[in-house]
Amino acid sequence: MIALSDYLIFGAVLFMISMAGIFLNRKNVIVILMSIELLLLAVNTNLVAFSHYLNDVTGQIFVFFILTVAAAEAAIGLAIIVLVYRKRKSINVDDLGTLKG
Amino acid sequence: MTFELLIFYVLAAIAGVSGLMMITIKDPVKAALWLVLAFIATAGVWITAQAEFLGLVLVLVYVGAVMVLFLFVVMMLDINLSIMKEGFTKYLPLGLMASAAIFSIMYVVLGPDTFGLEVTGAPVVHPADYSNTKAIGVQLYTNHVYSFILAAVLLLLGIVSAIALTLRRRPSTEVKRQDVSKQVQTLAVDRFKMVKMESVVEKEVEPKEEEKK
Repeated sequence: MIALSDYLIFGAVLFMISMAGIFLNRKNVIVILMSIELLLLAVNTNLVAFSHYLNDVTGQIFVFFILTVAAAEAAIGLAIIVLVYRKRKSINVDDLGTLKG
Repeated sequence: MTFELLIFYVLAAIAGVSGLMMITIKDPVKAALWLVLAFIATAGVWITAQAEFLGLVLVLVYVGAVMVLFLFVVMMLDINLSIMKEGFTKYLPLGLMASAAIFSIMYVVLGPDTFGLEVTGAPVVHPADYSNTKAIGVQLYTNHVYSFILAAVLLLLGIVSAIALTLRRRPSTEVKRQDVSKQVQTLAVDRFKMVKMESVVEKEVEPKEEEKK
């Protein structure tokens, strides 16, 4: 029998990996966007696991909506990346510091 | 170790390794493909948690649509691969330390002491004819129907904004195009001029001498 902590630790490992991906890939916006997708997947894994153990389907409804939002976010993010590439001929994160934030 | 647990560990290991490969590999195309593998393995993990519908949706929507979109964009952009991993080693110690710290905190909270099998008890195992899709569908169309409609509106917003952002209008000096509204609004007066003039009557022609005879 798979324990709830197994699922949660699996989610934590995925979360950690994708967070490290955001820290380490300072040159490529696309890989950062992919890391965000993996981050959402890790969170969804937690929701699915709790839904299974509490025998409540609401957690899976949450996952459904998060997937919807993530799909819309990916489409808009990629559109923005295409725009940035057209303007600057580069997707290097360091080249995008015009706002000096 | 039961067979179920073995399956879970294998899938979790595949997902973890492909996640690591995704963040370390140089080529963004290969990174996208590793992410696809991570998604598929995680879909398997969800199916072991009896979330069959979401596992299949993950494969269909993510692997089938979102990742193909990623691959399209990655292949469309001409990315300079040589500078892609610059600064990777510079940020590596700090990034590893930060993620290890966060993971250890998470392990303390989520570890076997608080959420082990002895603490939570075994989950409810549904019979083989139990429909996970039906359970989700009933909830989705009754209690969460407004959120469902809102999600549809959100997807429409995604379509509109993605098209509006990437639509490129070329300048009129480069291409000639017709202005339809101008064409429709045009009047007959603008097209031709009415000119008043005196009517001219043609003179009658006298028959020739030879024909008279």
